[in-house]
Amino acid sequence: MALISDDLLTAEGLAPAHLGRVLLIACGALAHEVLALKRVNGWDHLDLQCLPANLHLYPDRITEAVTRAVEAQRGAYDSMFVLYADCGTGGLLLARCQELGVEMIEGPHCYSFFEGNAVFAAHPDEFTAFYLTDFLVRQFDAFVWRPMGLDRHPQLRDMYFGNYTKLVYQAQTNDPALDAKAEDCARRLGLAYERRFTGYGDLAVVMAQAAAT
Amino acid sequence: MADDEIILADLSDDELVMQMHDDLYDGLKEEIEEGVNILISRGWTPYDTLTKALVAGMTIVGADFRDGILFVPEVLLAANAMKGGMFILKPLLIATGAPRMGKMVIGTVKGDIHDIGKNLVGMMMEGAGFEVRDLGINNSVEKYLAALEEEKPDILGMSALLTTTMPYMKVVIDTMKEKGMREDYIVLVGGAPLNEEFGKAIGADAYCRDAAVAVETAKALVLRKHNQLTA
Repeated sequence: MALISDDLLTAEGLAPAHLGRVLLIACGALAHEVLALKRVNGWDHLDLQCLPANLHLYPDRITEAVTRAVEAQRGAYDSMFVLYADCGTGGLLLARCQELGVEMIEGPHCYSFFEGNAVFAAHPDEFTAFYLTDFLVRQFDAFVWRPMGLDRHPQLRDMYFGNYTKLVYQAQTNDPALDAKAEDCARRLGLAYERRFTGYGDLAVVMAQAAAT
Repeated sequence: MADDEIILADLSDDELVMQMHDDLYDGLKEEIEEGVNILISRGWTPYDTLTKALVAGMTIVGADFRDGILFVPEVLLAANAMKGGMFILKPLLIATGAPRMGKMVIGTVKGDIHDIGKNLVGMMMEGAGFEVRDLGINNSVEKYLAALEEEKPDILGMSALLTTTMPYMKVVIDTMKEKGMREDYIVLVGGAPLNEEFGKAIGADAYCRDAAVAVETAKALVLRKHNQLTA
């Protein structure tokens, strides 16, 4: 399968291939990880639809976007799973998924479930950390630098990040080029750098549950 | 020098105030500072300079932010420009005894380091004549309560950006109730993931969706409180 462009996943998402009986409706930021898990586990019965990753710039739009996707595919698959965590919806996405009768990922956000919700919750003192995943490192300019206006107004950097102390790169894969880019992101934000290999964390667990249905 | 460059000192008062609204909108800090100094040198009171030039200008910025015309970076630049003007005016306002609307203690809740919204609210409240004690970020219930005891403000303002930290506002309000001090204060809450329903559910007096709403709500509730006390 050809590599899907990150720009496409950010702005437009990914349409389902209509191959498979279980549909995963995921954030575009998870597409590469979901497809990797699908591939290594031979989960050919899982189909993937991604919503644009840049919905995360407007978390209040996520619940409705997921709802529309679920309703549009209702009846086309044996079952559906929502591969979003709370993602800034303040519990609204969970409530809606319960109404719709579909399961979603537990936890506050992907930084938590990639590390494992239990592990992430065990270091509440880390609230001055700014997290990036593989996808967000690759899309740093589209997700962080430009939306915050730092390309046009670099003097705003410390108004945004002055209270942060470090950038934690949660690595899903071992890629020296991404590691170097993440370290450069930390430098641009004026933050200390830490790389933390997480692998796929609870995402693999949830996908195994979806695959077993 | 470009031919079309505007010389602020050459403008009439009305023109200068309009120009300062534009300069605030464009986030031009040095121009705002210059404009403030010109108005003061022409005999404007610090209070009039603050309200007619700065606050009125920021109100336009706030309205355009609410309507999706301006975005966070532009609002931050405008706020930074206003901060420059406020820095000049603050000592003058104290010296001239400008009208006082009331007092507010404000801070971001425990576990949360995001202060952009909180800082905007604090600045606009100061602009509206409130005395503001800013507790900064990551405030425990103990720190909020200590500040309330110390300052005896009219208003407690709490801010959170994260869905994981906003429930802490209820911890603070519940503790105030336990200690029998909840009714002594107006409690305003705000932050991107909050909404009116959440504000009601945790027992706040009001949820404020932006700095302009916070100012208007604060004015109305302080007035109501004072009326109740004098009735």
